[in-house]
Amino acid sequence: MSGETLAAAPARPPRFAALRRIFAGSPLVAGASILLLLIAIAAILAPLLAPHDPMRLSPATRLKPPSDEFLLGTDAFGRDLFSRVIYGARISLIVGIGAAVAAVFLGLVIGLAAGFFRRLDAILMRIVDGLMAIPNILLAIAIVALSGASLWTVLVAITIPEVPRVVRLVRSVVLSAREEPYVEAAIAAGSSTWRILVRHLLPNTVAPLIVQGTYICASAILVEAILSFLGAGISPEIPTWGNIMAEGRIYFQINPGIILWPGLVVSITILAINLVGDAVRDALDPRMAKRGIDR
Amino acid sequence: MGGYILGRILAAIPVMGFVALFVFLLLRLTPGDPAAIIAGDAATPEQLELIREKLGLNEALHVQFFTWIGRLLQGDFGTSLLSGKPVAELIAARLEPTISLALTTITLSIIIAVPLGVIAAWKQGTLIDRFVMALSVLGFSVPIFVIGYVMISVFALDLKWLPVQGFKPIGEGFGPFAERIALPTLTLTLLYIALIARITRTSMLEILGEDYVRTAHAKGLKERQVLMRHALRNCAVPIVTVIGIGFALIISGVVVTESVFNLPGIGRLTVDAVLARDYPVIQAVILLASLIYVVINLVIDILYVFLDPRIRYA
Repeated sequence: MSGETLAAAPARPPRFAALRRIFAGSPLVAGASILLLLIAIAAILAPLLAPHDPMRLSPATRLKPPSDEFLLGTDAFGRDLFSRVIYGARISLIVGIGAAVAAVFLGLVIGLAAGFFRRLDAILMRIVDGLMAIPNILLAIAIVALSGASLWTVLVAITIPEVPRVVRLVRSVVLSAREEPYVEAAIAAGSSTWRILVRHLLPNTVAPLIVQGTYICASAILVEAILSFLGAGISPEIPTWGNIMAEGRIYFQINPGIILWPGLVVSITILAINLVGDAVRDALDPRMAKRGIDR
Repeated sequence: MGGYILGRILAAIPVMGFVALFVFLLLRLTPGDPAAIIAGDAATPEQLELIREKLGLNEALHVQFFTWIGRLLQGDFGTSLLSGKPVAELIAARLEPTISLALTTITLSIIIAVPLGVIAAWKQGTLIDRFVMALSVLGFSVPIFVIGYVMISVFALDLKWLPVQGFKPIGEGFGPFAERIALPTLTLTLLYIALIARITRTSMLEILGEDYVRTAHAKGLKERQVLMRHALRNCAVPIVTVIGIGFALIISGVVVTESVFNLPGIGRLTVDAVLARDYPVIQAVILLASLIYVVINLVIDILYVFLDPRIRYA
């Protein structure tokens, strides 16, 4: 299967040229990309970059304001806020990327099936409608409440509510693509179902899924922060952006920075991902391409 | 027209049926013994047995499901494991703050967001358009509780205009009610405005490019007439649609906002239930929230008939 998808790939280099143009053309998007790169590096190199141990309790330095030693001050246990925020990037990125990959993969498989097999479609779409009627935060906290707070559960809890949207997207792409003459031709020529799905329908979903994936990544980071903030996230001693903010709630009037600094970081991260997502969408959107800078 | 409405109502039933099935299976499909999950690690075998008895876990799965559905249809949502009170009673006691917050938010958002979106589309590319776009991107990027704490820090702690937290029923006077609901409403409104303004702008832009808008201009109508009579009326369907879809956002937002501002509503009830693993309460809240979402979207589907005459003949 991978051989066939790979073989299909070189057919579309102009799109990537358009991508490059978008990134070079907009300083905002270029800035957002660089920022995301920096956050990723910070997450990977956290042990080297963090000035203090993010877990070390130190009663003597509780709730200190920002200083040269503690750039953003300390929390109620005397832990260095700056170091904790750097470590928090790890969980957020794992959750964001993990949920995006998982939701796109599951949504792709289910969506291809729903779009191609009429009988499955009716059942699958009812399930999708039902899932979409449940507000995502409620669904996620119910899953975490039942399965206990671990990184895995949180990932599952964030991924499940995102899948239906991907299914709908993939299904709509497949439904319109299967009416195309080249698909009819493939059917007439006796191609196997598998070959039609992988070779002719799958490539159509790649561009919209890249865009959807970036939005899911942003939304997953947001939901993880909300879950941790509500106390329904990853266990509280692990520094995640949501957990740091949750701990800051009682001390908000003494040191508002415990909420506002991670809040700023998480907002900027999500903003940057959304901006990049918008730019990619504009670059890949066929309507934009038709108006056509590059063909 | 009657057929269309009936069709929409019938289509909503399997959706709710699936939600109920999902909520039911969630507890059963989770790895491990549901009774042990609910009771926590310190539970004795007798306690586990009591919980199994209470939830009817000893019976066959389909029997459990239909008994449960039957009770639900009679308004029996079960009893809270934490307080022992009927869940319906617990929810009823928490309705007012939640409904107040949801209604003020929806009203304020529509009043602000629709004109913002229209103006942004009309003045495309200008400063005000960019402002609206920036606002809507920000609304999707900043976690709602961070907005809430910024509001508290500016309006309650620095300016001291409004109380930090809490809720007063409207029955105790409009003044105390309004000054406590103001900050939560503003917080949640920002999120909803982002969504509605964005869609209004996009649909308005599309419609402003239509031939009949050009005709309206060409025959010498005033700008305002073109916008209100020709363009906005045709935007009604997408705007109303997104208000309905966005209602899921409001429900999720209410849960978070109530926690930030300490409002004793359904959201707080849910969070407390999650922390205590009070599954009957969680179950009931999810069902109720989904039901409200489905009903609102059903009402909107029916509204289409009045907003867009073409649907009547479809």
